[in-house]
Amino acid sequence: MAEYKRPTTKAEFDKNFKQKKPLMNDTEAYYEASRCLFCYDAPCVQACPTSIDIPLFIKQIHTDNITGASKTIFDANWLGNACGVVCPTGVLCEGACVYNHQDVPPIQIGRLQNYATNTSIDSKKELFKAGQSNGKKIAVIGAGPAGIACACEARTLGYDVDIFEAKEKPSGLTVYGIAPYKITNEEVLKEVAYLQDQLGFHIKYNNAITSKNELAALETKYDAIFIGVGLGATRHLGLDGEDKKGVVGAVEFIEELRMKHHEVKVPAKVVVIGGGNTAMDAASEAARMGARKTVLAYRNSKENMGAYGFEYDLAISAGVDSLFNVTPIAIVGNGTVEGVKFAKTELIEGKLQTNMNNTFVVRCDLVIKATGQAKQGHLYSLIDGLDIDNKTRIIINNEFQTSNPQYFAGGDAINGGAEVVNAAYDGKMAAQGIHNWLNK
Amino acid sequence: MIDLSINFGGIKAPNPFWLASAPPTNSGYQIMKAFEAGWGGAVWKTLGVPVVNVSSRYGSVNYRNTRMMGFNNIELITDRPLADNLREIEEVKKYFPDHAVIASLMVESRAEWEQIIKDVENAGADGIELNFGCPHGMCERGMGSAVGQEPDVLKTIVGWVKEAANIPVITKLSPNISHITDPGLAAVEGGTDSISLINTIKSIVGIDLDSYAPYPIVDGKGTNGGYCGPAVKPIAMHMLKDLAQHPEISKVPLSGIGGIETWRDVVEFILLGATSVQVCTAVMHYGFGIVREMEAGLRQFMEDKGYNTIYDFAGKALPNVTEWKHLNLKHKVVAEINADKCVGCDLCYIACDDGAHQAIALSDDPTNRIPSIIEENCVGCNLCSLVCPVEDCITMVKKDDGTQSITWNERTLNDDIPVSFDDDRAGGKGHFVPEPSDALKKKR
Repeated sequence: MAEYKRPTTKAEFDKNFKQKKPLMNDTEAYYEASRCLFCYDAPCVQACPTSIDIPLFIKQIHTDNITGASKTIFDANWLGNACGVVCPTGVLCEGACVYNHQDVPPIQIGRLQNYATNTSIDSKKELFKAGQSNGKKIAVIGAGPAGIACACEARTLGYDVDIFEAKEKPSGLTVYGIAPYKITNEEVLKEVAYLQDQLGFHIKYNNAITSKNELAALETKYDAIFIGVGLGATRHLGLDGEDKKGVVGAVEFIEELRMKHHEVKVPAKVVVIGGGNTAMDAASEAARMGARKTVLAYRNSKENMGAYGFEYDLAISAGVDSLFNVTPIAIVGNGTVEGVKFAKTELIEGKLQTNMNNTFVVRCDLVIKATGQAKQGHLYSLIDGLDIDNKTRIIINNEFQTSNPQYFAGGDAINGGAEVVNAAYDGKMAAQGIHNWLNK
Repeated sequence: MIDLSINFGGIKAPNPFWLASAPPTNSGYQIMKAFEAGWGGAVWKTLGVPVVNVSSRYGSVNYRNTRMMGFNNIELITDRPLADNLREIEEVKKYFPDHAVIASLMVESRAEWEQIIKDVENAGADGIELNFGCPHGMCERGMGSAVGQEPDVLKTIVGWVKEAANIPVITKLSPNISHITDPGLAAVEGGTDSISLINTIKSIVGIDLDSYAPYPIVDGKGTNGGYCGPAVKPIAMHMLKDLAQHPEISKVPLSGIGGIETWRDVVEFILLGATSVQVCTAVMHYGFGIVREMEAGLRQFMEDKGYNTIYDFAGKALPNVTEWKHLNLKHKVVAEINADKCVGCDLCYIACDDGAHQAIALSDDPTNRIPSIIEENCVGCNLCSLVCPVEDCITMVKKDDGTQSITWNERTLNDDIPVSFDDDRAGGKGHFVPEPSDALKKKR
């Protein structure tokens, strides 16, 4: 069932993609902050990958020290504003809130965090200062959350920082890959601009590092290099007919949506393949773009989906239908997609088996593949002595240093694809790792 | 059959819920509205000498998400013409002959007292309340709390009033003194028919962090105000108790004032000896409608306990309010945590460890946030149960068998005064106190 009308203007787009965590107003923040119990050794802090002192910043909000609150947040997480709204708080801080144990709604920590940092950003409050220059330079590859966090932390330690970004906007996944109802482009970009204004790192846009020569130049010019690249294009599934017109990757689909909004035309019938959070986002987005029928198809059972339950619920509430235990075996159509041929799967002796005797076709005009992204294995192979694991993740030590000592890494490059907050943590820690290494 | 009507020192009212002399009783309009809403009486905003008021008059103390937990004001007595007030008293009495309309008065000379008493009697007031409590503005002119703080002066004025008045007289006391019984006794000796208390407490509720002026700010400056609201209730109840336990003062009825907002407050004041209650701040916050909750709650309480009138339980808590020296030193309670209810906030742990007696331990298992009581260290102070955010999660369990009782008074009468700290509950015995340097090691 289609719940949404196709958006034809930015206003209609914004309505269909209404923010899930809208900015709190002063009154809401005051009352919400008053509910915090100020737990000892609070579980929310333990659940936060960046260990923000949450009870402290909530108390600061309540006592109208909003500047202090945002300082508490940014001190732990350079992307505190974006994380407030894009973090899966239900499984992190808010999931750990002790109120859950009494069936009392947990504190809306994410929105409070976003409220505090937004206040500082909008008022251009000066919170940070670059450290005194130590004459050393750091290159950061990728202006995503990991790269930005690394740059910010390194600037406070007195390093000159240049970020090399393949695309034309900063903050990577946060601006290109997150569902539009989680955060707006403006919200993302203003945080980076705020940090950049105060800390003064440089971002060189449309400047992908793709060759050995470019890397060699960085190695000569910079004392240390941080690899903060994200994941690559959607992986090829190797299906019969996969090259037909109307077969797209989820990340590419979402990126187009984030950049072009209502100008993207989503056809009437859409099939989304996959069971992870990106699949949920893509399906939900297709439905919000006015697709009359959006079908989510996953090869395993509902229980085995990688997506968070709340992400699945969100897709369902947008009008998405789901099919479980089906695997695509071919894309059908004549040059252009007309449908996906699926085979049923079943769990036999603990292994998922495809039953080729039980196949059917789901008619559609667009196929979105949310079946994982390729890693940046090619880039890694250009770096001398860089060890990666069998899942093409860079191996690092406790200081986020790779096996090539001049290189440090964090974010998707080391975890294979996780949350913005994980990348923000890694970037910050890697800058400290670089600092420790250069000052040995 | 529950009957809420009262006869308070000769003033009859359909129920004990009265409005205190304050902004809510500034006009006949407000008082008629209040009587319609269910209030049984009203003490008219103080009539007296002409005054001029300032703009910006009230200040507030907020706590967490609660507004006006404490409240102060620098407003003076009525600034409406006496003639208007007298005419409105008459009109209210016409519509509500059975409700109590009490005129609060504050003037200076004996002649002024005699004149104004005649005026309000002619208007049909059921009683007079002497405002000896106002701690701001009027006291600078020798009235209000300036009288309440001088028992001899107070007694003299009460005497003047009693001589002149044909209707009952309530003396309203100021809490801004060391012993409430001093003015209380003076009022009784002066011949007052009853006493009401407390008036507001001298206070500064806050300082503006930009202008460095106290609230409420009048053109960059402020002055002390009179503090009231829920925050003052404990002080009011203590003073009420002092009067209610006094052999002479307790012969007159007492009207309780100070932070009353709910039926529970009302019942508590009555249990401490009040036989009427007066409310101001709660009405200024929520309007006259709050009386519905008060009356419904009071009736329910009386029904549950089998009381017909408030006199059936007035003062029932007084025998249990005693001096420390009469408390049973053998009584022992220990905290108990209900693990099924515990949410793991660990506030009890940190409150006990930092703020009390180091009698709560955290689990060694970091995934288990349910703390446990170290029974030998628990002195039964209640702190953990007070900070616990979950209803009935931490309870104080009686550990003594109830057969033994000795009070400090009894011990000292028998010359059994402790000479060492090695004594039951002297603090040291059996209580493990960590080494000072353990403070530096403790990390979860």
